[in-house]
Amino acid sequence: MESHKGVTLLDFWVSPFGQRARIAMAEKGIEFEYKEENLAQKSELLLKMNPVHKKIPVLVHDGKPVCESLIIVQYIEEAWPEKTPLLPSDPYQRAQARFWADFVDKKVYDCGSRLWKTKGEEKEAAKKEFIEILQILESELGDRKYFGGETFGYVDVAFVPFTAWFHSYETEAGFSVEESAPKISTWAKRCGERESVKKHLYEKEKVYEFVCMLKKRLGIE
Amino acid sequence: MGEVELKLLGMWASPFAIRVRIVLNQKGLKYEYFEEDLKNKSELLHKYNPIHKKVPVLIDKDRSVCESLIILQYIDEISQTGPSVLPTDPYERAMTRFWAAYIDDKVFLAMGGILKATTEEEKTDKITEAMSVLELLEETFKKCSKGKYFFGGDTIGFLDVTLGSYLVLLKAAEKVFEFKILDETKFPKLMEWTERFLSTDCVKEVMPKVERVEEFYTKIVKPRWAAASSQ
Repeated sequence: MESHKGVTLLDFWVSPFGQRARIAMAEKGIEFEYKEENLAQKSELLLKMNPVHKKIPVLVHDGKPVCESLIIVQYIEEAWPEKTPLLPSDPYQRAQARFWADFVDKKVYDCGSRLWKTKGEEKEAAKKEFIEILQILESELGDRKYFGGETFGYVDVAFVPFTAWFHSYETEAGFSVEESAPKISTWAKRCGERESVKKHLYEKEKVYEFVCMLKKRLGIE
Repeated sequence: MGEVELKLLGMWASPFAIRVRIVLNQKGLKYEYFEEDLKNKSELLHKYNPIHKKVPVLIDKDRSVCESLIILQYIDEISQTGPSVLPTDPYERAMTRFWAAYIDDKVFLAMGGILKATTEEEKTDKITEAMSVLELLEETFKKCSKGKYFFGGDTIGFLDVTLGSYLVLLKAAEKVFEFKILDETKFPKLMEWTERFLSTDCVKEVMPKVERVEEFYTKIVKPRWAAASSQ
């Protein structure tokens, strides 16, 4: 195995999972080399670094791979402890942060995907479920600036990449994030002003273009 | 440190609850245990895990921690006694978390796949899938243990309890649903580890007896799934 010093991220441009890693490193001021993967033709490096799942993102640090986006973010946090912490220092607060990031992981992407992959009754059900998810998250956020409180933290990193997909979800399913969960909408705008987020999330129109392309490819009209 | 006032909401056959109890035992932490009837969830469960309404739930004074792997990390961080459940090195922690997620993702599914198979062909396919998961875990065991007794080295750790919490369920399932995947010839190191793990004190005290799980599968699970698949 080549002992390449430094940090490389194997990723796919629009992946919200990859963006978690990019944003975490940007927040912590960690330099990394970005490698775009062609998911239709996965590189030898990707297959070697993630033989179990063959998925992106994969963080390669001094030649050693870390897989699974939230595991990568926790690794980034622990390997660079001297840089801006993303997790609170109190064990109970950390457990809460892990819980909510896990909640985002379990719910947002799958339900969000159903908003554009399904039609009719299934789509309506997905919409209802998605709004519920947003409202649960809104209730957790409360009147705080970020999920991390005063500072942008772990849960914010976990959830923020999906804000670039809100427009696609809204357009496909016919609802408004601002109407259904206004605090989440405000939070999304606030996050969008951060350098790390501005740099690593794509414009909503570009994401929607991607969704439309996927729909065509999957034969969904 | 002040009095630890812990409560745990669990279910006797849940691998997720079992693993938390093993670690609480290992750390010598006292707690009050509440057995949940998952068909008739208690007010406590609704109050302390309103989002998922699942066990286990650890209640520390009046605050709850949910999701078994998150609970394990929390216990590690608050306890002053007993060996660390997670390694200290960040890379080893990442590897441990990766394999724990893999185990929870694949083992449960693989087992369920075999149990729910409606044809012999499907069952054979699912058994093959489960075997390839165990093959990978045999390799992982060799790498993590580095010649020692457990995934965690000298003492039981995060991966030991994550995988170990499924063992009695797997053994009972093999008997009741007539298949074999825990094969000493194919997975020698892993099978040695299973016996070692199951005979450790902090595990023995918590693990249900295999006969009890067999009865549970025979009387409750099998008929329930037979009814569902005949609809």
